[in-house]
Amino acid sequence: MMGLTPNDLIVLALCIPLFTAAGIFLADKNPNVREGITLVGSVLLFITIVALTPHILDGERPNLKLIEILPGLEISFTVEPLGMIFALVAATLWPINSLYSIGYMRTNNERKQTRFYIFFAIALSSVMAIAFAGNLLTLFIFYEVLTLSTYPLVTHAGTEKARNAGRVYLGILISTSIGLLLPAIIWVWYAAGTTDFKAGGILTGQISGPLLTLLAALFIFGIGKAAVMPTHRWLPAAMVAPTPVSALLHAVAVVKAGVFSVVKVVAYIFGLDLLATAPGIEWLLYIACFTVVAASIVALQQDNLKKRLAYSTISQLSYVVMGAMILAPLSLIGAALHIAVHAFGKITLFFAAGSIYTASKKTNVSQLNGIGRRMPWTMTAFSIGALSMIALPPAAGFLSKWYLLLGASQQQQYIAMAVIVMSTLLNAAYFVPVIYAAFLKTEDPVQERDHKEAPLPMVVALTMTAAATLLLFLFPGLALELAKAVGVPV
Amino acid sequence: MINEHLPALQVVVPLLAAPICFLIPNKRLSWLFATLVSWLSFAMAILLVIAVNDGTILHYEFGGWAPPWGIEYKVDIFNSYVLLIVTAIGAAVFPYSWKSIQKEIPETHHRIYFTAMLLCLAGLLGMTITGDAFNLFVLLEISSLSSYTLISLGRDRRALTASFQYLIMGTIGATFILIGVGLLYALTGTLNMADLASRIPALEGSRTLEAAFAFLILGFGLKLAMFPLHLWLPNAYSYAPSSVSAFIGATATKVAIYALLRFLYTVFGSSFSFDYMQVHWLLMPLAIASFMFASIVAIFQDGIKRLLAYSSVAQIGYILLGISLVNVTGLTAALLHMFNHALMKGGLFLALGAIAYRIGSTRVQSIAGIGQAMPYTMAAFVIGSLSLIGVPLTVGFISKWYLILATLEKGYWPLTVLIIISSLLAVVYTWRVIETAYFQERPAGAPAVKEAPLSLLIPTWVVILANLYFGINSSLSTDLASHAALLLFGGSLL
Repeated sequence: MMGLTPNDLIVLALCIPLFTAAGIFLADKNPNVREGITLVGSVLLFITIVALTPHILDGERPNLKLIEILPGLEISFTVEPLGMIFALVAATLWPINSLYSIGYMRTNNERKQTRFYIFFAIALSSVMAIAFAGNLLTLFIFYEVLTLSTYPLVTHAGTEKARNAGRVYLGILISTSIGLLLPAIIWVWYAAGTTDFKAGGILTGQISGPLLTLLAALFIFGIGKAAVMPTHRWLPAAMVAPTPVSALLHAVAVVKAGVFSVVKVVAYIFGLDLLATAPGIEWLLYIACFTVVAASIVALQQDNLKKRLAYSTISQLSYVVMGAMILAPLSLIGAALHIAVHAFGKITLFFAAGSIYTASKKTNVSQLNGIGRRMPWTMTAFSIGALSMIALPPAAGFLSKWYLLLGASQQQQYIAMAVIVMSTLLNAAYFVPVIYAAFLKTEDPVQERDHKEAPLPMVVALTMTAAATLLLFLFPGLALELAKAVGVPV
Repeated sequence: MINEHLPALQVVVPLLAAPICFLIPNKRLSWLFATLVSWLSFAMAILLVIAVNDGTILHYEFGGWAPPWGIEYKVDIFNSYVLLIVTAIGAAVFPYSWKSIQKEIPETHHRIYFTAMLLCLAGLLGMTITGDAFNLFVLLEISSLSSYTLISLGRDRRALTASFQYLIMGTIGATFILIGVGLLYALTGTLNMADLASRIPALEGSRTLEAAFAFLILGFGLKLAMFPLHLWLPNAYSYAPSSVSAFIGATATKVAIYALLRFLYTVFGSSFSFDYMQVHWLLMPLAIASFMFASIVAIFQDGIKRLLAYSSVAQIGYILLGISLVNVTGLTAALLHMFNHALMKGGLFLALGAIAYRIGSTRVQSIAGIGQAMPYTMAAFVIGSLSLIGVPLTVGFISKWYLILATLEKGYWPLTVLIIISSLLAVVYTWRVIETAYFQERPAGAPAVKEAPLSLLIPTWVVILANLYFGINSSLSTDLASHAALLLFGGSLL
């Protein structure tokens, strides 16, 4: 990869998933070749993204202009630290998730697997494009591509229930993005004459006062993928999808695309200093705070494990939004870190849920008594993921919360601090009982099926992500260095 | 030499070709002949666009009679742009027709079909190119009469009532236009548009002039299906043969809009139309009603053709809104959308015709599960729908962008909100079709469906790809539209 310029690497990052999709399509008849292509493609993407990282750390901001649709309105890509974090997370988890998918999809005899892998690859391509988007228009286009390409994955089962869920999914994501996000983008373009992302923002002197607050609200609610209440309902609905989809897309790629966009807009369109002058801007922070607490309380009441995880995700996503809206550089670091940290923890939890389902066909928390003895690897990984959600060392979740708290105290946002503490307790309240039941309660005497661990690829995958959650705590150097450079002019 | 006569040939060639086409005994030959003529027209339109692109205006005096006595044809950027739209759609629809009408029109009527299509083409081109108000009426009637014929060719017997309904309403519209032109003649003693334009300012305040203005606005309003004068349109588009819906849906209303603009800006002049008559305050509420009402109604349609027809009423609403904003950006948006809507609706109707060819029906329910069986046709439909919604990278986005910009320039942000709401309504009504095609199973016992033949797919995809091409590289269409808009505002046409 030495001879490649950063711009070549951007092109590669966008194209590798697409070529992978094409290869999968051609290998339709031969599942082994098909899965081989997915694995090779995902590993190649990972290598590409890793090769791009040192350039960004050195302060380069490679920029690639594709086409100019209208004067001042172009499709362009620029890599900066926040996008780098997002791309790294997605590219690291795709190969692992592919490994997991193979075990899951085959063991559960899922239908239309070729279509599944194709749309997965297309979704990853749009994730890369979102991460590297150089302006709001590019971001918006691929945001929509991501919505559309994940729709067939959500409705994969093809049942009436899946279709209805798919309708909620599309309905909310499309209507918020076209109804709120697009007008906000047009407004930015109208005011600033550009939609390019620039460290420190592009709106200083263009928009001020209450209009600034209104514009920020349009962005926060328009980016429905960030699942700030009341735009969150699509996420529990998306849980009808096969678990690998819930794991990579609805705990990592899609939802992170949402909060990534929020942070990006705050840091690179508004700029922290400008947004701090907007009257009433703290209300947007309070809405995120409310989402954190309310979603945790809803999660407490869910017996279905995936639903519980989904509401936990909603709550955790709003941490990132909080991190952005506290408007302190330290909390911004926390927000950027949390994008990575939550990804590793939550994908581990979903992997565990899918592995439980595959091995035992159990979907509810109340059925999990004593399952830790049958599936020790799975449940240990689950426990590590849960620790990261609760933010206890030695799991990585501690890091991001630390920076969030620091930022909040610096800005004297006591409500935000209280919410962080309270939600830690709530997180413990809905995860610890699961761990307790799995390891310490005795198994119900009547078992429908005798089972052991899930298939090997799945166990390997969830062990890897759980290990990554611990390693990220021990060696946070790279993530921290990137996070500290977010929004800082070169 | 031949270049000099291009403006005349643009109309005369299809007009003369029509009777010749009728005399050709072999159906296939008459189709080939008609297709050739349509491509020739397209080539001539391209040559005309190139000729006037630098701002020159071509004049052509019929029979050597100098205006204002003789009939004058005049080509500038504005109408060459409309010529391009009409002939481009024609060039896609004529080759498409051969397969499409096999199943939709009785064989005995195939020659009539091609003859009427050529007449309709000639009429539309003539309306666009002429510089004479009465000549415009004559050519309007040629295109209208031939389109009544074309609509009545549909297999469904309701096509006859649809055609009759259109005949009645179209004739009322044409009569209004005739009365308007007659009053102008009585006032000024001339029918030449340039001549009219120079004499009208002196007549400001004349009641007769105001009446002429009102008759013309209403007459063209009927022909272009302005809400609430759109009632003929849904039936006409639904029961006409698919290729006719594609051609008329993409072109006829556009030409009527062209004629309206020509009268508003060139004949009456913008100061009379907008400052004195304040016509934009009539157009704006009707435009808003068009796109809001028609988008909502489209959601509840069972027939896809009818759904697209209501969507057309809505799109015409956008164009009228652009006109009613009375600024250069708004007019640019309106002109752009004439071009872009022709592409999106043309593509959608062509894709729908391919579906009709295979399954014989265009009801939403009857296309359940054809997504897998007809992947290329449905993919075309999806791209057309995205364009209709206004998704970036399609032409629909470019139109909406300019339209929204124009409302913001005026400070009318509630209109921006309404445009966005109606775009969301477009998501709803197109999604119903797409979801049925892809995510419902084919009903048990339904006959197997194959992909449409290439002779239908190729024209469809040419138009659909144009939707993407001009959505990504929009400089050609936006330059033409903005130059034309500047020209109209500058009043430097004559």
